[in-house]
Amino acid sequence: MRRTQVLRTENLTKRFGELVAVNELTLSVEDGEVFGLLGPNGAGKTTTIKMLNTLLPPTSGSASIGGFDVMTKPMQVRRIIGYVPQMLSADGSLTGYENLLIFAKLYDVPKKELEGRARNALQLMGLTEAGERMVRTYSGGMIRRLEIAQSTLHHPKVLFLDEPTIGLDPLARRTVWEMVSKLKEEYGTTIFLTTHFMEEADSLCDRIGIMHRGRLSVLGSPQQLKESIGATDLDEVFIHYTGTDMETSGSIRDIQRERETARRVG
Amino acid sequence: MYDLHPVIAAQRFISKTLVIAELEGRKLFHDPTELITRAVQPALWLLIFGEVLNQIHAIPTGDLPYIDFLTPGVLAQSILFISIFYGIAIVWERDLGIVQKFLTSPTPRTALVTGKALSAGIRGLAQAAIVYVLALIIGVDIVLNPISIGIVILVVLLGAAVFATFSLIIACLVRTRERFMGIGQILTMPLFFASNAIYPISIMPDWLKVVAYLNPLSYMVDALRGTMIVGGTCAFGLGLDVLILILVSAGMILIGGRLYGRLGR
Repeated sequence: MRRTQVLRTENLTKRFGELVAVNELTLSVEDGEVFGLLGPNGAGKTTTIKMLNTLLPPTSGSASIGGFDVMTKPMQVRRIIGYVPQMLSADGSLTGYENLLIFAKLYDVPKKELEGRARNALQLMGLTEAGERMVRTYSGGMIRRLEIAQSTLHHPKVLFLDEPTIGLDPLARRTVWEMVSKLKEEYGTTIFLTTHFMEEADSLCDRIGIMHRGRLSVLGSPQQLKESIGATDLDEVFIHYTGTDMETSGSIRDIQRERETARRVG
Repeated sequence: MYDLHPVIAAQRFISKTLVIAELEGRKLFHDPTELITRAVQPALWLLIFGEVLNQIHAIPTGDLPYIDFLTPGVLAQSILFISIFYGIAIVWERDLGIVQKFLTSPTPRTALVTGKALSAGIRGLAQAAIVYVLALIIGVDIVLNPISIGIVILVVLLGAAVFATFSLIIACLVRTRERFMGIGQILTMPLFFASNAIYPISIMPDWLKVVAYLNPLSYMVDALRGTMIVGGTCAFGLGLDVLILILVSAGMILIGGRLYGRLGR
């Protein structure tokens, strides 16, 4: 039996002048699924997320979340999604608790539940003791967990994570994975993430799609993809579907941004 | 938002605006040093520029001592300077991904912008308190009744909203710190000098008078001058001053609300 599709795109396209960043992307994600979008730098992963979370209007094609079209019903879409950008976006000059409180208010969490919701979120993400500390004293992994807490206070249907573990050390990366799995188990949140780490995709995702130059090259469960080309790990799958050409591996700007994020986290 | 009853939509708008302002208030509460360093500039204007020009009676200010004439101008100027660089903080928040997160929350863009305008107003009020203290120390004749102070608070909030939102609009258009700094520098001095902040419009050449009449800062200064100083008068009338500030800030907020989404791209 098929579950309901919570996210769908049809021929979703974004052009920036001559460049076609996302080219006729058609895919769907089922309720409760963890979906990973992989691909080299500049493949169009972040652009795709930004169209889905209403930040960027598509050039053509359509996308809907929970049945609401991202173009015509952006407010309804925003109510049922959470978004953690690639950059570390928690406010360093507030405490962890305050970061959560402000977002709970923005997401119309009822007044009586505000404090409880924020405290629960801190507990779920293992940050109870750090709650009253200024976020600028947090480690990169703690900030990431706080951000995930911030984006899930309203129990969204779909959570978007753009490169959630970039720049984190292996231990911090592992705790972020644990938190993502917890969200899926406790709230049945559908998770749509992008990543560079094949190990992350392999252990977290129910299904993955590999993007290359704006197009979806292949779609399936990690197991299916490995079997389809007789590979032992996802690295081989990735290389098989994206080729080895160096020219696509990201502009200087992308790489600079990534390094900067990594430096701040580190 | 679109499917809501107008009353509920208005309530939501106000509560979201206050949340954004609360965020700013909490930041200032954690680290008020910024408010203190900001006090240096108005102090220099009043204590040095003001005291010196007060001695030479070069500027025709009627029966008012020059230092009394200058005090509202210095308050307006310090609010202009704080607010006009507000956009830089917004570009910074964009680089950090903070703006993007607010934009994907169910908050109307105009509420985000009005919240920012109000945040600038909070800083402006701190600045006003500092100018009042400085003015009292150097013996300026300040009106201290609650009505006058209430009007000053309103005018400070409106003035800060005008310039902070103007700054936000520029930030939405240029989107990088470097370009923003360049434009910010170009704007502040002309806005300041082509106004009645440190001399009356009557002594300006005709072409400059035109600019001064088009400059919202002139109306802010005029309202403050008629309200906070004993013997001060509003050249344009307090009602007109406040009306113009309300209309300009509302217009700026509408434009800012339309452009704010550009920061998420």
